[in-house]
Amino acid sequence: MTKQLHLAAHFPGVNNTTVWSDPAAGSHIEFDSFRQFAQTAERGKFDFLFLAEGLRLREQNGLIYDLDVVGRPDTFTILAALAAVTEHVGLTGTINSTFNEPYEVARQFASLDHLSGGRAAWNVVTSWDAFTGENFRRGGFLAQGDRYERARTFLATANELWDSWHGDEILADAGTGQFLSTAEPGTFRHKDAFFDIAGQFNVPRSPQGRPVIFQAGDSDEGRDFAAASADAIFSRHSTLKDGQAFYADVKGRLPKFGRTRGELLILPAATFVLGDTDAEAAAIAREVRRLQVSPQTALKFIEQLWNTELPDFDVDGPLPAFDPVVSDSLVSQGRASVRQFAKDPVALANEWRARAEAGKLSAREVVVEVTGRQSFIGSPETIATTLNELVQADAADGYILVPHITPGGLVPFVDQVVPLLQERGVFRADYTGTTLRDNLGLAPLSRPGETTTTRAAS
Amino acid sequence: MPSPTPLHLAVALDGAGWHPAAWREPGAQPRRLFTAGYWSELAQQAERGLLDFLTIEDGLSLQSDDHFQADARTDRVRGQLDAVLIAARTAPVTRHIGFVPTAITAHTEPFHLSKAIATLDYVSAGRAGIRVQVGARADAAAHFGRREITPLRADQLGDPAVQRLIAERFDEAADYVEVLRRLWDSWEDDAEIRDVATGRFIDRDKLHYIDFEGRWFSVKGPSITPRPPQGQPVVAALGHASVPYQLIARSADVGFVTPRDAAHAAEIVAEIRAGQARAGREAQTIHVFGDLVVFLDETETAAVARKQRLDECAGAEYHSDARVYAGTASGLADLLQDWQAAGLSGFRLRPAALPHDLTHVTERLVPELQRRGLFRARYEADTLRGLLGLARPANRYAAA
Repeated sequence: MTKQLHLAAHFPGVNNTTVWSDPAAGSHIEFDSFRQFAQTAERGKFDFLFLAEGLRLREQNGLIYDLDVVGRPDTFTILAALAAVTEHVGLTGTINSTFNEPYEVARQFASLDHLSGGRAAWNVVTSWDAFTGENFRRGGFLAQGDRYERARTFLATANELWDSWHGDEILADAGTGQFLSTAEPGTFRHKDAFFDIAGQFNVPRSPQGRPVIFQAGDSDEGRDFAAASADAIFSRHSTLKDGQAFYADVKGRLPKFGRTRGELLILPAATFVLGDTDAEAAAIAREVRRLQVSPQTALKFIEQLWNTELPDFDVDGPLPAFDPVVSDSLVSQGRASVRQFAKDPVALANEWRARAEAGKLSAREVVVEVTGRQSFIGSPETIATTLNELVQADAADGYILVPHITPGGLVPFVDQVVPLLQERGVFRADYTGTTLRDNLGLAPLSRPGETTTTRAAS
Repeated sequence: MPSPTPLHLAVALDGAGWHPAAWREPGAQPRRLFTAGYWSELAQQAERGLLDFLTIEDGLSLQSDDHFQADARTDRVRGQLDAVLIAARTAPVTRHIGFVPTAITAHTEPFHLSKAIATLDYVSAGRAGIRVQVGARADAAAHFGRREITPLRADQLGDPAVQRLIAERFDEAADYVEVLRRLWDSWEDDAEIRDVATGRFIDRDKLHYIDFEGRWFSVKGPSITPRPPQGQPVVAALGHASVPYQLIARSADVGFVTPRDAAHAAEIVAEIRAGQARAGREAQTIHVFGDLVVFLDETETAAVARKQRLDECAGAEYHSDARVYAGTASGLADLLQDWQAAGLSGFRLRPAALPHDLTHVTERLVPELQRRGLFRARYEADTLRGLLGLARPANRYAAA
């Protein structure tokens, strides 16, 4: 059977994928940018909008990193405001399970779900660094190995809170004067190694029952976490081969958690560059990569891998001849990608040198090549065909598109690619469901305590 | 005769209204309390009345008739959406009115709240505020499991040990507001430079660590959110006694107080002004607003009868921390004028029943005040600070 694609839009983020230097680039903080972006996604009948989060500004060499976009809004607040200017598009927020507490996060997502009429989704992420912890009362207190365990129990606790209201408590019967059917709505008690909380949750059951749950971890633990408890995965595997391997692996884990293949969607992040022809798109893509890697940015990448300051380094010359500094202390803080560099920096530096030699590339040119994050490049026809083939080949269930221009970067995709997918009958012509769960094709949640028999009887 | 000084008006939104039986009134919409449409309509109604701002109550445990613990009643409205998110959802469907949701300082992280209110300021184009509430309930602390809060009862408030505990909570709230304001200032207004030649998006010399270290928490900064349109959104607090009056004097832009009469209002204002001077804030405007619960009808008889009917429904006579007024818009205008003369600069009206009493505020009270030259005829400013006559604060970190 032909699969239907899911499409989502990631608001351009705070790494060098986002080209703020383009004359068309708008504000990253004014509400109008978010409004335009969300309304473009909704015009394209996208499933949802996706926002990332960071809770401490990044630093390199002990200084705030100033070459990428810096500054973003509070996730919950901007999503609630976007609910006012859209009607259908889902609202997915990345919220950290380390620097929050279940009662408050569960309240905020339940509130967002009520206020958006059932469009809330939560991308559950974890972190453990003391660096970010310095902004919080609780500080950086997690051992790295505990972070998934805390995330898992955090989500389990939040689920208990959402299920603490069954959905039939509010009678609001003016005649009898009964507002509630029970004197103890929302009663909960949860105790584990991380949380020891009890009392009454104070938000009634929301339209979706709970937000749609996203997970982004790629490790073995992360994949198990997703297979056990997520509705969708935000993955990095956007190519055919990688995508298929990841897809098969994660979907294959579902049975051991008693779940079926349709209960977890795989949605890789993907960038795109459109042109009238494939050749034009390729030329634009080359230019975009150069803009994404300014000489200053190239230097910072090299310093991250070599893990040292290189004040007089010429990025138009060769890569450093000496090997990276191997140390637990990294020049860059608050950036997840640097952990990839730190795994085996000497081997990676050798790889970069090999590429420089083979292509006769300068240091900057190597960085342009190795950090390129362009998933789909081509004419609208090519991109529509490729996306559909990947989804039909089980490399994904759809894609979360990350434009490189704020807020207009999504417009050409919506105007040129979406109609082609609609013509082929693989993408909705209009929204059919009322909630995000509906639009994602996920079955509605049953109310806690409700059995199949009572559902059938009602 | 000198022309009268206009007064400021805010409305306090809470569930179906402040009377516990309000949800049973014919015009009430108890099944819509958890929908965006309900709150949007109320905000738009308040805006038609040219009100300065609305507040939204909140809490981290179920509402209760008892200030300190849950009451297990089933005949009252129970359940509350997050007030900051109600404000964010509602701000884009209005253009002028300010939004002052409630946050609980005992539990919510100041870093999170600071960026949430900065973001509310962005989505409302400069109309955000925050009312800080200390959070006295032990059951809310058990929902977080991070700190013990000694259970209190109303009859213990005279105990010196209890007084010390309360003073500590308010000192913590003052630290909390200091952190909010520092984080709002942690980006200078012109920090974003987008300098293509040097590849720099920001001038990092214009971003500042706040390095706050206090008795209860420390916060490094800077914020992840740039300085909001108002520089610092408006900070409000409610107080009924000397300790909270000092929080208002030290930390707030607007204080809500609950005088019994004009003479009491004058005493409270004097106490806050003295605290303001001690805190070295004489040069700043601190508004002191009187809180009143209002039952408004065409005649006083009708208003009193409606209150009685609601009291019978609720099974008890309604009392509040604030003075309860039942009467006509014109009678209320007289009272406001009288209390204004005692030193209050505005009022936060708590409608007994929604939308009835809010509609009477906007359609009866406001025209009456306008006739007396006591209220604006149109919105004269684009920001909440502008409406309240508060200057946009200079950034403490910017070089002079």
